[in-house]
Amino acid sequence: MADKKKKKIIEREDVVVKFVGDSGDGMQLSGTLFSDSAALAGNDLATFPDYPAEIRAPHNTIAGVSGFQVHIGSSKVHTTGDQCDVLVAMNPASLKSNLKWAKIGATLIVDADSFDDKAIEKAGYKTNPLDDGSLEKFNLIKAPISSMTKESLVELTTDNKVAEKSRNMFALGVIYYIFNRDFDTTFKLLDAKFKKKPGVAEINKTVIKAGYSYADHVEALASTFEIPRAKMEKGKYRNITGNVATAWGLLAAAERSGRPLFLGSYPITPATEILMELSKHKSLGAKVFQAEDEIAGICSAIGASFTGSLACTSTSGPGLSLKSEAIGLAVMTELPLVIVNVQRGGPSTGLPTKSEQSDLYQALFGRNGEAPVVVIAASSSANCFYFAFEAAKIALEHMTPVILLTDGYLGNGSQLFRIPKMKDMPKITPPLAEANDPNYKPYLRDPETFVRKWALPGTDGLRHRIGGLEKENIIGTVSTDPLNHQLMVDFREKKVQKVADFIPEQTITGEAEGDLLVISWGGTEGAVLSAVEALQKEGKKVSHAHFSYIMPLPKNTAEVLKGYKNILVCELNSGQFVNYLRMTNPEHQYKQFNKVQGLPFVVSELKVKLNEILEEK
Amino acid sequence: MENYTVERSKVELTKEDFVSDQMVKWCPGCGAHAILSSVANVFPKIGYRKENFCMVSGIGCSSRFPYYVNTYGFHSIHGRAAAISSGVKISNPHLSVWMATGDGDSMAIGGNHFIHIIRRNIDINIILFNNQIYGLTKGQYSPTTPMGSVTKTSPQGTIEHPFNPGELILGAQGTFFARAVDTNVRMMTEVMFEAARHDGTSVIEILQNCIIFADKTHAQITSKDLRDDHQIHLKNGEPMLFGAGKTKGIRLNGTRLEVVEIGKDGITEDDIMVHDQYEMDPGVHLMLAKMSPPHLPMAFGVIRSAMYPTYDDLVEEQIRYAKENSKIKNMDDLLNSGDTWDIE
Repeated sequence: MADKKKKKIIEREDVVVKFVGDSGDGMQLSGTLFSDSAALAGNDLATFPDYPAEIRAPHNTIAGVSGFQVHIGSSKVHTTGDQCDVLVAMNPASLKSNLKWAKIGATLIVDADSFDDKAIEKAGYKTNPLDDGSLEKFNLIKAPISSMTKESLVELTTDNKVAEKSRNMFALGVIYYIFNRDFDTTFKLLDAKFKKKPGVAEINKTVIKAGYSYADHVEALASTFEIPRAKMEKGKYRNITGNVATAWGLLAAAERSGRPLFLGSYPITPATEILMELSKHKSLGAKVFQAEDEIAGICSAIGASFTGSLACTSTSGPGLSLKSEAIGLAVMTELPLVIVNVQRGGPSTGLPTKSEQSDLYQALFGRNGEAPVVVIAASSSANCFYFAFEAAKIALEHMTPVILLTDGYLGNGSQLFRIPKMKDMPKITPPLAEANDPNYKPYLRDPETFVRKWALPGTDGLRHRIGGLEKENIIGTVSTDPLNHQLMVDFREKKVQKVADFIPEQTITGEAEGDLLVISWGGTEGAVLSAVEALQKEGKKVSHAHFSYIMPLPKNTAEVLKGYKNILVCELNSGQFVNYLRMTNPEHQYKQFNKVQGLPFVVSELKVKLNEILEEK
Repeated sequence: MENYTVERSKVELTKEDFVSDQMVKWCPGCGAHAILSSVANVFPKIGYRKENFCMVSGIGCSSRFPYYVNTYGFHSIHGRAAAISSGVKISNPHLSVWMATGDGDSMAIGGNHFIHIIRRNIDINIILFNNQIYGLTKGQYSPTTPMGSVTKTSPQGTIEHPFNPGELILGAQGTFFARAVDTNVRMMTEVMFEAARHDGTSVIEILQNCIIFADKTHAQITSKDLRDDHQIHLKNGEPMLFGAGKTKGIRLNGTRLEVVEIGKDGITEDDIMVHDQYEMDPGVHLMLAKMSPPHLPMAFGVIRSAMYPTYDDLVEEQIRYAKENSKIKNMDDLLNSGDTWDIE
């Protein structure tokens, strides 16, 4: 590493860095390399890629801006960060669309070479923001990134395209300087990534070093940041995105249950990564079927479930709509099935690359007839692993479809993940019928759990028929008898409600009574918890209940809601969970805080809302 | 490549092994009864363990089928039998999977799944009951109803061009297509046996009579006075002869098929085409599938049976290869793969 000039080092508890540029500028790679180096330096972190729906929108336009945000900290990092301390902008359009996410006083590192008249105009600026004084509240570093990248490569290449593509590495070098990071781990990662093209690795390394040494000479960078190591639970860690964690959770459940994994799925943003990830793991026996549509995705999974697989389908909101009828079939046939819905902004095509929690009603109620299913929700990118595992465990042991709700932020975002040992994961025991069991009947139920047995085709002595028509209790022949239908409807409902005996009780962060209970569910846990903890530090009587089990609710739900002057439910929709609570626990008055902008909660807006309620007389 | 075959029965099975205890609720005189009888005939002949048969269906009259045979069965939802069967077969390739479906179930609401299962060549046997009408909803026109037909939803006659299922199947790159009529149990049994032998998606179109809503819809082909001249029963390796005394034959004239008479205008049997069901090129098979009266007879029997790898075999092959060659043998391997680090 280059010798560093003596500059002031500022110690910070956490810092948010955002890389933004044109979609071809390599921002995702810069962000990933930086977050990996932060993880190796012992920081906790959360990341989020923010990319446009278009693959390559017109060059230098707002529509084509792609970003990657990294939040690193010396204590537990709950969110991907509200506003950034450092913003790297590779062109005028990315600066224009992201400046609102920069804190006042933030360091802006811009590629000054990219601010030519044409690009400035395309971004919608009237004058050059680097010169017109509009950025004076920020610490602006006008770095000639394009030209210096080119210069640094004179000995290695004369290809301008290569220099153009390496600009992101120059910016990364500057960031490494600002955060006192060493290159070793990044260089190793680059060597591994470009194993077959050592020349490319060399070019990247050279440019990173050039960026670093440039930063060393910039007077405006009078100080650098130091983020102390986070105090994290001892163990082995890796970085993981929510979608990969979901895929791995399903694979882990397959291993612990002894049932082979089958995924039937159709590509859809932002859930496709689950399909792609599982496609890679044939060595673990995973059978992945890329279906002709969403309906075939779930129907193939239902066929595989009938046949004895741990059957799953992955999708996002519009896909869940298409699967509705088939979910009803899985309810009726009482087959295990995991449906992963990585929620995005809706309705219809909506905001495919943005995140929302607006599919809760659909998950709970979006089917014809009385069709209860279990609904659970992951709350962080890393715990998608455990909730996918849990969804599979419930589905297999209770012979029911389970909808697992995650969202675009969890799915695409990444977090540090403490690697579990498989022997510590719970065993999964599906209720398999035994060959030649003389008492086997398709709809004979366990008297405690109301669960029927799973008789797999191919097994001796268990031939039977199931289907979407109502079946006679126990024997399973087609029945239109009115009282039998009532009985079967009740059984299906009781079976799902009974799952409450097998899930953890609801916990509270904070006191069991006080002025305010803040409720969240799903992917907003980090932001809401951060806001609550901040107010708790100020001595306010605020507690937090985060729900991961939605249908059924934990058994003690009614109990934990007691004892607060106010209950506030925060969610990224117009009030779906709060209305569900009003329906299931009507004895309380609920206040609600909603946001439907395709964006996550920021901690600051939650604090404002919480304080507002606390100050109400 | 390893062959993922279905286990054979150790004992000889009979028709009784597949009789279900359920009352068959099709209309008296419905063609479906004969199809059921043919399936019960052919399953014991195929010789697999009875537990290895799995019958899947969608919705419609045809789709009540699984209740009437004693196998593992799944009566699903409208149009989706092909997708469900795909999951069944991929999940457990050791099952002999049969699908009962109709012209509405497969050509309309399930059209997408139908063409894709065929394209993938998943080893499933599809019995397509083509009665050219929606029976269970009581008489609306279907995608195979002849143009101009008066039905409950076409009081002035349909204005839609019907599908010829054979064309659709071959267009979807079908590897097996056979046709039979519901009045000929021997023929149905024969083609079902051939379908079971074929590796890949086998489709058997059965011209079925709906006695209530489209009675005699196939009369031009099946009636006693016309059938000799309007049907040709194809046999692999044999000349394409038909007619009461087998005096007529099919000849390729330029790019078209035509009917010729042996002994007339110097025509001998040598001029008649010989059927090759195993030909990879579907060109002639398509022409045969399209034949229909009045100018040409309709073709019956196995029209195409071409050998291509099946999807389900390839899935097993990829898994076998991955298991042998990947360093990731279990979940602990996967969790600890790639970049990891210890925090003390």
